[in-house]
Amino acid sequence: MSEATATFEVRRHGPASVVDIRGDVTAGSEEVLMGAYDAAGDARAIVPNFTELSYMNSGGIGLLVTLLVRVNRRSQSMLAFGLSDHYAQIFELTRLDEAIGIHDSEHEALAAAGAV
Amino acid sequence: MDARDATNWAKRVSTLNVSEVPAGAVNLNVEGRRLTSPIQGFGKMWQKTYQVRLPAERVSPAELIATWKQRFPDFWPEGGTFYGPLTGIAPGEVALLNMTMPGRMKLSTGVMVLYADEESFTLMTPQGHMFAGWITFSATERDSETVAQAQVLMRASDPIFEVGLTLGGHKQEDRFWNQTLTNVAAHFGERAAEVDTQVVCVDKRRQWSKWRNVWHSSAIRSTLYTLGAPVRAVRGRFGEQQPVG
Repeated sequence: MSEATATFEVRRHGPASVVDIRGDVTAGSEEVLMGAYDAAGDARAIVPNFTELSYMNSGGIGLLVTLLVRVNRRSQSMLAFGLSDHYAQIFELTRLDEAIGIHDSEHEALAAAGAV
Repeated sequence: MDARDATNWAKRVSTLNVSEVPAGAVNLNVEGRRLTSPIQGFGKMWQKTYQVRLPAERVSPAELIATWKQRFPDFWPEGGTFYGPLTGIAPGEVALLNMTMPGRMKLSTGVMVLYADEESFTLMTPQGHMFAGWITFSATERDSETVAQAQVLMRASDPIFEVGLTLGGHKQEDRFWNQTLTNVAAHFGERAAEVDTQVVCVDKRRQWSKWRNVWHSSAIRSTLYTLGAPVRAVRGRFGEQQPVG
């Protein structure tokens, strides 16, 4: 439960940074996720891409809440895309969808971030 | 294709439903309430981690979590009762909590099992609970030891609970989870195990836009419920004396 089993790659698109998530997101992913966030730099919007997410437990959801706090503290916004129906339901259940804009595609998320 | 964690998560619910109220439990401040994550809370955001270590040859992480799930109410410290679901700790199940707070104030609330797998489970709070957030109970093997952990990610739900937590509530909560982990360790034969506590303030800012959460406060509603007990008793008696038919 404490080992990092996910990768987070950052792609910059103008004022937005897309974070491609691959693998299993658990509490053990904290260091690599926060490292990716630091790499995202001064982007106006942080845009996690969940398309390649294969597993997430409650520790992973906790990490997203912590990331959201850091994003808000720097007056950035957080937009997400690529969520399967299953993970979209988890976002609703945990009410993360009230603070993170959910979009169907990367293009829509980047448009909402003013990056296209 | 279903995600690997599909069966570990509770199904989506808009409001909580208590299917069965155990004998002696007060079902107040749970039925019809929405779940609340730290995002919906009012106070500063805290991550509190409590850990206790046990020899790995005595209990594996999976065995520890299986026991913790099965006997969760037994490890609950004195001063409150956890009315666990009859079917045990399983995703989507709702449990009632009846607590005695400082000043002998009775407080009724509950939790829902948000997530459960072989090595962890998570309880999430509803509107009106002392805090908005969740508690994850987990176990891992590290350096030939099984580390049992309770981790709380929370904000006080409303301004009143925020004041209460600041004026001793945090310390009381620390004692509560320390005692819980001590009870778990004692169950596995470690009667003098020390609990490590780590407290991190994740966000110093209070979310003032959430002050209206006080409307759902379980403290206020439980107090009103207690104060209304004599009236309910009289009404009940009067009702019994009404002629029927």
